[in-house]
Amino acid sequence: MQLTQTHIDYWQKNLRLTAVLLAIWFVATFVLAWYAIPLAEFKMFGWPFSFYMAAQGSLIIYVLIIGYYAIAMRKSDIEHGVHEGEED
Amino acid sequence: MAASQKEFNQQLKKYYSFYTGGFVIFVVLLAIGEKMGMPNKWIGYCFLVFTILLYAGIGIMSRTLEVAEYYVAGRRVPAFFNGMATGADWMSAASFIGMAGTLYLSGFDGLAFIMGWTGGYVLVALLLAPYLRKFGQFTIPDFLGARYGGNIVRSLGVIAAIIASFTYVVAQIYGVGLITSRFTGLEFGIGVFVGLAGILVCSFLGGMKAVTWTQVAQYVILIIAYMIPVVWLSVKHTGIPLPQLVYGTVLEKVTEREKVLTNDPGEKAVRQIFADRAKAADEKIKALPASYQVEKDAVAKKLEDLKAASAPKGEIDAAEKALKDFPASPEAAKAKWTADKAGAAGRTAPPKPHATPYPGKDEAARNNAKWNFIGIVFCMMFGTAALPHILMRYYTTPSVHEARVSVFWSLFFIFLLYFTAPALAVLAKYDVYTLIVGSKFADLPAWVNAWRTVDPGLLNITDINKDGIVQLAEIVIGGDLIVLATPEIAGLPYVISGLVAAGGLAAALSTADGLLLTIANALSHDLYYKMINPNASPGMRITVSKILLLGVAVIAAYVTSLKPGNILFLVGAAFSIAASAFFPALVMGIFWKRASKIGAIAGIVAGLGTCLYYMVHTYPVFIQWFGTTPIQKWFGLEPISAGMFGVPIGLVTIFVVSLVTPAPDKEVQELVDHVRYPNLVGDIDTKGT
Repeated sequence: MQLTQTHIDYWQKNLRLTAVLLAIWFVATFVLAWYAIPLAEFKMFGWPFSFYMAAQGSLIIYVLIIGYYAIAMRKSDIEHGVHEGEED
Repeated sequence: MAASQKEFNQQLKKYYSFYTGGFVIFVVLLAIGEKMGMPNKWIGYCFLVFTILLYAGIGIMSRTLEVAEYYVAGRRVPAFFNGMATGADWMSAASFIGMAGTLYLSGFDGLAFIMGWTGGYVLVALLLAPYLRKFGQFTIPDFLGARYGGNIVRSLGVIAAIIASFTYVVAQIYGVGLITSRFTGLEFGIGVFVGLAGILVCSFLGGMKAVTWTQVAQYVILIIAYMIPVVWLSVKHTGIPLPQLVYGTVLEKVTEREKVLTNDPGEKAVRQIFADRAKAADEKIKALPASYQVEKDAVAKKLEDLKAASAPKGEIDAAEKALKDFPASPEAAKAKWTADKAGAAGRTAPPKPHATPYPGKDEAARNNAKWNFIGIVFCMMFGTAALPHILMRYYTTPSVHEARVSVFWSLFFIFLLYFTAPALAVLAKYDVYTLIVGSKFADLPAWVNAWRTVDPGLLNITDINKDGIVQLAEIVIGGDLIVLATPEIAGLPYVISGLVAAGGLAAALSTADGLLLTIANALSHDLYYKMINPNASPGMRITVSKILLLGVAVIAAYVTSLKPGNILFLVGAAFSIAASAFFPALVMGIFWKRASKIGAIAGIVAGLGTCLYYMVHTYPVFIQWFGTTPIQKWFGLEPISAGMFGVPIGLVTIFVVSLVTPAPDKEVQELVDHVRYPNLVGDIDTKGT
């Protein structure tokens, strides 16, 4: 089994995407929790901002991150010829 | 295969649509029955019997003797349905019944669980699920064994899987027993075994295949049961049936009400009474042992006085009971008075502001609350990404792509319940703060009186300052009450209460199923087949697994009947343990080719060891059990967050030790490449058979 350049590119791309999405996840989780007291001053749809994020906003971001990753990786699989046959 | 997989998918959609329709009709029929005078107890039995028969039916239809079907449902579970099954597998009795109550009691700080138990799926999706699916064997120790080689890592994996899953399964069986006994009037012990029968009929005959299809059915029931009362309550308070979108305005009203109640003279008076009681108890404890006899005489004298004054019978009975229950020795008195003091001291504070993050009296208290919030979020997230019964579910999809999509559906279905729970907590709080607080004791709603008598542990309202009006400080609510009593708070018929019980049962059963199967598989597949008898025939492997399943279930039920400790702590501990043991070795095994066998062994031992060490030295119950010396809490973190130390220590240990030990050989490097690409030309095959 020999990895070609396109395989290496595929993996690098995957790592970059994973890193970016994890950074978003980190901000939506830990940065938010760290600054929850000052952020509670702002209002969002009637909720204090940090309460809204912890109860709904961050959750929606998580769902979107996972959905985006599945779509983007499927595209990348096909581009780099590592996608699975339909019969699998 | 392509056509048949598609057909299979269509068929599933048809079956489950019929099933959902059938279930709704069943509930409607029961509702009509209730109108015509069917007793409540019968409705409870109907739900219990009908749903367990249903799960048994699915279990029998899915019986199998094929290894791949038994362990991973034949790897043909479509992403959408695997998402539902994972949702049910994931959401336990603690999520279904306890979550909203935790949020009610702790406000913003409780949201740590909501974030942790959803955000963990980001880690599952990005770091684990697709790679484990490509690897494609049966268990998590399988992966550790193949990646790092040798039986030591596999054995460590088996041990950690068993510790984490067993801790968790005990909490589930406890929930099953509680629900069964509450809604049918059976005794707790009998409830545990009825529930156990329900758990076993699903998993015993068809392993993962049966568990998957019952879990889908259970998800449908639990989500319907959770939504109906909340939607109703939302209509009652806001006129709009979308609680998740509109409870912001209700939260504002709750916040205003908190301010009023904080300064209300009646409330202050009640809090003062509790402060006085705490002080009195403290003085009695300090004056021991002399105070023991003084107090005992006082109680006896009061009884004499009442009798002499021919007081009403109720008062004399109460005084007699007080004398009878008086502690038998000064030591017993100390224990009781200490508990009294803690109980009273806990009720002297004004209401906790629901919407405020990390409320505290000073900077240090606020900082401590913040660290503990982050600790819980961290441990719940990394635990999610390490609990074997969840990761195992991603072995069951037909492809890597489906595994990625399946994590999306999993989180989506979990999200539906988790973003509703905070709404339920706020709506219920509004109800209590406005409709109950400030009303007269004589006019309390019927549901309050019903729950007060059924279970004082869940709801206790006593007129402390004898003004005939309910103060907030006079109410004690147990967290589980919120979900269990919501149908009655919303003014719904009893049939909905039965539905909620069925939902709670579905949540507990589905999680218990997944966990028991994980333990039995770790023992039968990893220990028996991979290490003891690699020549075992497929039939033999399944038989061994079934025997173990029964054995583990009985042991778990026995441990449960001993009622060990706090359920929420047990669940949290399972997450911290799994995170510390598995997460570093799994993720580094995929993302870092250099991670070596010795490194992994050291990392698992160090991570798990740190986590267990911290728990055993900080959690009071464990300190008592093991006779350990308590230590100062690191950064003030609670024992439930022990994983916050275990995970980083595990990661660093693997890194450092791997660098000073030889690199893994070429085969392992090939294995890592194999799991990184969904499809490679000339690829090796690691699929389990």
